[in-house]
Amino acid sequence: MTDLAKIRNFSIVAHIDHGKSTLADRLIQETGTVQDRDMKEQLLDSMDIERERGITIKANTVRIDYVANDGETYVLNLIDTPGHVDFAYEVSRSMRAVEGSLLVVDSTQGVEAQTLANVYQAIEADHEIVPVLNKIDLPASDCDRVAEQIEDVIGIDASGAIQVSAKTGQGIRETLEAIVTQLPAPKGERDAPLKAMLVDSWYDAYLGVIVLVRIMDGVLKKGMRVKFMSNNTLHHVDRIGVFRPAMQVVDELGPGEIGFLTASIKQVRDTRVGDTITNDRNGCEKALPGFKPAQPVVFCGLFPVDSAEFEDLRDAIDKLALNDASFSFEMETSAALGFGFRCGFLGLLHLEVIRDRIEREYNIELITTAPSVIYHVYMKDGEMIELHNPADMPDMSKVDHMEEPRIKATIMVPDEYLGDVLKLCQDRRGIQEDLTYAGSRAMAVYDLPLNEVVFDFYDRLKSVTKGYASFDYQMTGYRQDNLVKMSILVNDEPVDALSTMVHRDRAEMRGRAMCEKLKDLIPRHMFKIPIQAAIGGKVIARETLSALRKDVTAKCYGGDATRKRKLLDKQKAGKKKMRQFGKVDIPQEAFISALKMDN
Amino acid sequence: MDDWRNGGFGLYVHWPFCQAKCPYCDFNSHVSANIDQKAWARAYLAELDRLSEQLSGRVLNSIFFGGGTPSLMQPDTVAVIIERAREIWPFANDIEISLEANPGSVEAGRFAGYRDAGVNRVSMGIQALNDTDLRRLGRIHSVAEARAAFDIARTCFDRVSFDLIYARQGQTLDAWQAELHEALSMAIDHLSLYQLTIEDGTAFGDRYARGKLRDLPADDTAADMYHATQEICAQYGMHGYEISNHAKPGAESRHNQIYWRYGDYAGIGPGAHGRLTLNGVRHATETHLAPGAWLQAVAAGKGESLRDPLSNQDAAAEYLMMGMRLAEGLDMARYAQLSGQELPQDRLQDLVELGMVTISDNRLCATLQGRALLNAVLRELLVD
Ligand SMILES: Nc1nc2c(ncn2[C@@H]2O[C@H](COP(=O)(O)OP(=O)(O)O)[C@@H](O)[C@H]2O)c(=O)[nH]1
Ligand SMILES: C[S@@+](CC[C@H](N)C(=O)[O-])C[C@H]1O[C@@H](n2cnc3c(N)ncnc32)[C@H](O)[C@@H]1O
Ligand code: SF4
Ligand SMILES: [Mg+2]
Repeated sequence: MTDLAKIRNFSIVAHIDHGKSTLADRLIQETGTVQDRDMKEQLLDSMDIERERGITIKANTVRIDYVANDGETYVLNLIDTPGHVDFAYEVSRSMRAVEGSLLVVDSTQGVEAQTLANVYQAIEADHEIVPVLNKIDLPASDCDRVAEQIEDVIGIDASGAIQVSAKTGQGIRETLEAIVTQLPAPKGERDAPLKAMLVDSWYDAYLGVIVLVRIMDGVLKKGMRVKFMSNNTLHHVDRIGVFRPAMQVVDELGPGEIGFLTASIKQVRDTRVGDTITNDRNGCEKALPGFKPAQPVVFCGLFPVDSAEFEDLRDAIDKLALNDASFSFEMETSAALGFGFRCGFLGLLHLEVIRDRIEREYNIELITTAPSVIYHVYMKDGEMIELHNPADMPDMSKVDHMEEPRIKATIMVPDEYLGDVLKLCQDRRGIQEDLTYAGSRAMAVYDLPLNEVVFDFYDRLKSVTKGYASFDYQMTGYRQDNLVKMSILVNDEPVDALSTMVHRDRAEMRGRAMCEKLKDLIPRHMFKIPIQAAIGGKVIARETLSALRKDVTAKCYGGDATRKRKLLDKQKAGKKKMRQFGKVDIPQEAFISALKMDN
Repeated sequence: MDDWRNGGFGLYVHWPFCQAKCPYCDFNSHVSANIDQKAWARAYLAELDRLSEQLSGRVLNSIFFGGGTPSLMQPDTVAVIIERAREIWPFANDIEISLEANPGSVEAGRFAGYRDAGVNRVSMGIQALNDTDLRRLGRIHSVAEARAAFDIARTCFDRVSFDLIYARQGQTLDAWQAELHEALSMAIDHLSLYQLTIEDGTAFGDRYARGKLRDLPADDTAADMYHATQEICAQYGMHGYEISNHAKPGAESRHNQIYWRYGDYAGIGPGAHGRLTLNGVRHATETHLAPGAWLQAVAAGKGESLRDPLSNQDAAAEYLMMGMRLAEGLDMARYAQLSGQELPQDRLQDLVELGMVTISDNRLCATLQGRALLNAVLRELLVD
């Protein structure tokens, strides 16, 4: 157990790619926590997807021993948090377990949208904040300007900002010293009943559920019986330890410490993030305030390309959900796509990550249907229905009105792209709430419908700003609007998986765009195919895909039937990858691509 | 009765050399300075001897010298091969012995020799009837040379056909129609009219991939050209009896009909394919592709690199693919017999309704429209 005065708990907040993971690597390396030969880059990102995409999805923890300039050895606990907006909830709860933050800003770039979003969370959690200007080895580095910007935009003192190159190691010692001298030590009563915060939990194939805890008061020991206060369940603690970053078993954890416990818990769902853990008898009286569980906001259907793989998909989804309480799912049947699952995600990145993992780790090819948000459908009889899937839209004549979720979006962008960004927001039914400048960068705040954002807003934003814009959002609530369900008919048959909710004023435009896209996406058939968009029974847009006129192999290679057979088999395999609607084959990528807008 | 007898029995001889490689061509053809024709002749004979043991007791309906450019073979080489084949298999009375010829003056000088060797039909690769296009196709002969070669061929053989490639770069529908009329006025009783296919791994394929093969007719124009071709040829009494082949009744190429009627054929020479029924089971055969490798393999015992039994389904699928190319279509009872399964009734019905196929007297035929879309039709009918 460590003396409280010798503990510092902190997290690192940064916009993506500003160097959070690299800085963490350097801190770990400098203190000799990991032997040089075991060092690999982005040490804390353990999932393949995290490493590949260079993003942190799951918070990770590491305990570092540091001999400071005062000659004392300190225990530093770092919780590395995800930077992406989809995983903001993960950031907020991690922050509650630590007392301070390093605010890492790329000194060649300056403050970005996620810098803001994350630093506000740190401020909200009452953190002491140490600004760190990273990448000073690069010629474009401009520490003075960026420090000024931090003061202007965020409003914290950046005069003592530490200048660092996580790449060369310059400034790492200074950073460690600042953690010790500027961040507060945790508080806590060793003799009080146990009071520990359940920070996170995940499933490990060997150990069962691993629970990450921060001890507030008291002592956690192996062999204890503890109570999870939210549901009064009792557990026998069979192992406790710390992360270095590999697991290391310890005998006990005292106030201010961060570590893990295992207690033969079978499912992540049996643990509740933010819960308070205490002694089974004579426990603490008041639980910690707890966290709001993360709610999925984006929904889409996942269907196996090969319908025979439905059970495998169920299996994969079950397994993934074990470790991700924020991911919801229920079975769905589609006339067009057969059996699959309607899944809920925290955002688009979360959706992509889960989809990627199913395809890669479980080797199941998927058809993903258009993402949708949750609409509130108010019926004339007063009932309110939460609509997760446009296909389930009740009969319009029974609907009184509808509400859709809105967000507050913060976009930071260099001046020269501002016009395009404002136009994009306008096109997506945005209402401007604020527009300010910090140097040559503008910050625009918009009230936007979430459904205009979930799909391809971020891609469009990146493309109109050549990647220079940053974006962050938070949900603000529901608002009534003139919304309708638009159906798509291919060869006169409605294709449920292509139905979308749209604003009435934009229906014609979207309908036309979708029909045009589908015309390009669907291969020509032996007959002509009408493609229509309709609201209720009324057709609002129409295209015709003309019939295929020639598809034949002209030559015959001296009786080489094998060659021809191979060609046809290949075509046949291609056909199999498509879905049949009536007599029309629709390629699987059409379900997503049809919705992408070029403006 | 073995199924192959419905189609007959032929021999395909592949000659893998050309004087120059055409930029569109992906046949197994190579340019080589010194070819030891004696050695090649010995190798072909060795292959015939090898096959004779396995295929005795058959009557031979056709021999086809294909390439490459078989008109680079010395007449002697052709003669010994025909002779040996005759020793092994009794020839049908009406045996067809074809040779593919390039229409250069050198070739024309050998025509009489081929006739004396036993060749009775020549198929000439004229490809285009204007010099600009011939050059763009990388051909080394002119139209005048081609016409002269064709005239010489006519004096040597009763049956002379020629090939044209259409839907060429920059070609309009009108231009092709005019060229086709000209071709039909030259033609005797058989024409092969191939739409230009851009093949991967050829010079055209590379240029196409780089976006540098300009002015190819649009798909719709190409379709118009195909349909115009069928119509115009029919006006001259040269019906399209197969996707790309036209003939007066009775003048159809018997050799190719063996393929399309799914008979048996032995294939010798580099990269030659065969279909052989052995002990009641259809086999697919292939030989080594590279000329040198083939020669060596033959010297070491056999040029064959593969001999695979075909399942009933595969044989039936091949019959379907080949048979549907013909205007006469396929015999549905024969298909069912081969595959042990009828063609899918619902899909047939759809295709009939779409006007792609007709069914009468238990024969399934692709309509003109269906033949233009044959790959799409076959994708529907091939059983998964
Ligand atoms: N030149 C330079 N590159 C850096 C520095 N720190 C990080 N990087 C690079 O910036 C990119 C993003 O870093 P990473 O640590 O993954 O950022 P994160 O998304 O905040 O975790 C990587 O390519 C790093 O190698 C630095 O100090 N100097
Ligand atoms: C095996 S080739 C050879 C005949 C001979 N060597 C010649 O070129 O005259 C048979 C015919 O296939 C046709 N052909 C070859 N490649 C083609 C292509 N890429 N597209 C269309 N037809 C092609 C030509 O008409 C050619 O005459
Ligand atoms: S088209 Fe004929 S001459 Fe030209 S390369 Fe092919 S086989 Fe040889
Ligand atoms: Mg990272």
